[in-house]
Amino acid sequence: MSEPILSTQGLTREFRGFVAVNGVDLQVMPGNIHALIGPNGAGKTTCFNLLTKFLAPTRGTIHFKGRDITGMKPADVARLGLVRSFQISAVFAHLTALENVRVALQRGRGASFDFWRSEEVLHNLDQRARELIEDVGLSEFVNTPAVQLSYGRKRALEIATTLALDPEMMLLDEPTAGMTHEDVERIVALIRRIRAGRTILMVEHNLSVVEGLCDAITVLTRGRVLAEGDYATVSRHPEVIEAYLGSEHV
Amino acid sequence: MFSLGFTRPQLIALAVMVAVIAIAPMAVYPVFMMKIMCFALFACAFNLLIGYVGLLSFGHAAYFGMGCYLSAYAAKHWGFPAEICVLLGGIVAAAMGAVFGAIAIKRQGIYFSMITLALAQFTYFLCTQMAFTGGEDGIQNVPRPFLLGFLSLSNDMAIYWMVAVVFLVGFLAIFRIIHSPFGQVLKAIRENEPRAISLGYRVDDYKLLAFVLSTFIAGAAGGMKSLVFGIASLSDVTWQASGQIVLTNLLGGMGTVFGPVVGAVIINTLEFYLSPFGSWVTITQGLIFVACVMVFRRGVIGELGARFKVAL
Repeated sequence: MSEPILSTQGLTREFRGFVAVNGVDLQVMPGNIHALIGPNGAGKTTCFNLLTKFLAPTRGTIHFKGRDITGMKPADVARLGLVRSFQISAVFAHLTALENVRVALQRGRGASFDFWRSEEVLHNLDQRARELIEDVGLSEFVNTPAVQLSYGRKRALEIATTLALDPEMMLLDEPTAGMTHEDVERIVALIRRIRAGRTILMVEHNLSVVEGLCDAITVLTRGRVLAEGDYATVSRHPEVIEAYLGSEHV
Repeated sequence: MFSLGFTRPQLIALAVMVAVIAIAPMAVYPVFMMKIMCFALFACAFNLLIGYVGLLSFGHAAYFGMGCYLSAYAAKHWGFPAEICVLLGGIVAAAMGAVFGAIAIKRQGIYFSMITLALAQFTYFLCTQMAFTGGEDGIQNVPRPFLLGFLSLSNDMAIYWMVAVVFLVGFLAIFRIIHSPFGQVLKAIRENEPRAISLGYRVDDYKLLAFVLSTFIAGAAGGMKSLVFGIASLSDVTWQASGQIVLTNLLGGMGTVFGPVVGAVIINTLEFYLSPFGSWVTITQGLIFVACVMVFRRGVIGELGARFKVAL
């Protein structure tokens, strides 16, 4: 068996005595779609924030591609190829869809400190940006400001922006939360398409999405890992059923 | 080359602005026009931060005032030519901006503003104490230096053209900055800072560069002002001066290209024509501020732009 691309050892985060994430050992295998599930307040988003360095862990270590990233800054983790999305759709509201994606593509130029140059130098990225936008089914909204897009389309745009970085690993925080049924199907199909050559770790509430999509599942409750394995294993785990689905499902 | 980024309405507005600058001294007191241009450039520098990075610097007068002092001192005691005085004002303000900015951008939102205010008050205190500023007296009777070392600026119209050129160059430079690859990243930071970080941008570096650029331009604007009036005084480093530039932007329309200029015209015109009525200036400004917040929040240019669906 190969080495995990992302692993944590004893990852812990305390907020003034409240332990949000408690000694989590997580192992994500390369090429997998790995789901992080659990009831509200289980520490899933905190976990994401720790992994992408938006929060500093109280204890524990994080390794990405064999490298200890525990002490790194969030922007530098992103540069290593570990890129996250946010639970609340994170778009640049007053930029157009094209500009949203282009800001990410711009990273490929290295740092953009060239304040004396015209932004026209960015037009050579437009073609690639259009392709990415088309990929997520938004081609008719290329020049629409992101703020005017529907919620589902904002999420799609966010994924296109993330994909623009061509990250080795994507962390998706509830990619289908609050979506209509059609939107969910669109996003699931999209995730299926973009998984080639990538590893994805996602927080997801919608169990049917998890069942059809994910290779491995980690269940968190109260900051601890309750169970791990594929959907069949996890869904039969009595404690998971108790904690996650409620006792009436037993 | 610069004009390439302008949209059609912006080009028209630019043409109007240039025409006004060229014609106005025939009808209006040139020194008054120069004052407007100095404060308009200062307001544009401030707008670069508030409008395009989302940083509210509540102590921008510190950089403007320091530019005033340095330029006045260099003209009076070192006899430097005018362009070097202005440049020096900008450079010293930018150096100060680099240090203060590096401290302030460690914090976000209101905390950033409070730190910039505290550092500006600290600068004010230094200005009252240090020998080179002349304390309460300021630096007075600054002789108008020669441009490039040989062109006399003692005639108001001569220095008028210099101020007009510096203003336009500064204005176009800011326009270029906000329409550069760097400017795109700034706007992304303004819109959603965590997202910009998650895309791999070290946002603090971008904010700091924007801060330094803004303080440089603010300092140069101050440098011009002290050459025009022949005086640098404490009033240019007060928090009231910082507050006034916030008001100027709010009134004209922050985040618009021409808003700060229009704001500066309105504020300075009020001050000029209401000055015989003493404290009525402040009261009128206060009322306008209230009206602005309640009725036209986007400012004059912002509302105009929204009305006609164009970006000005």
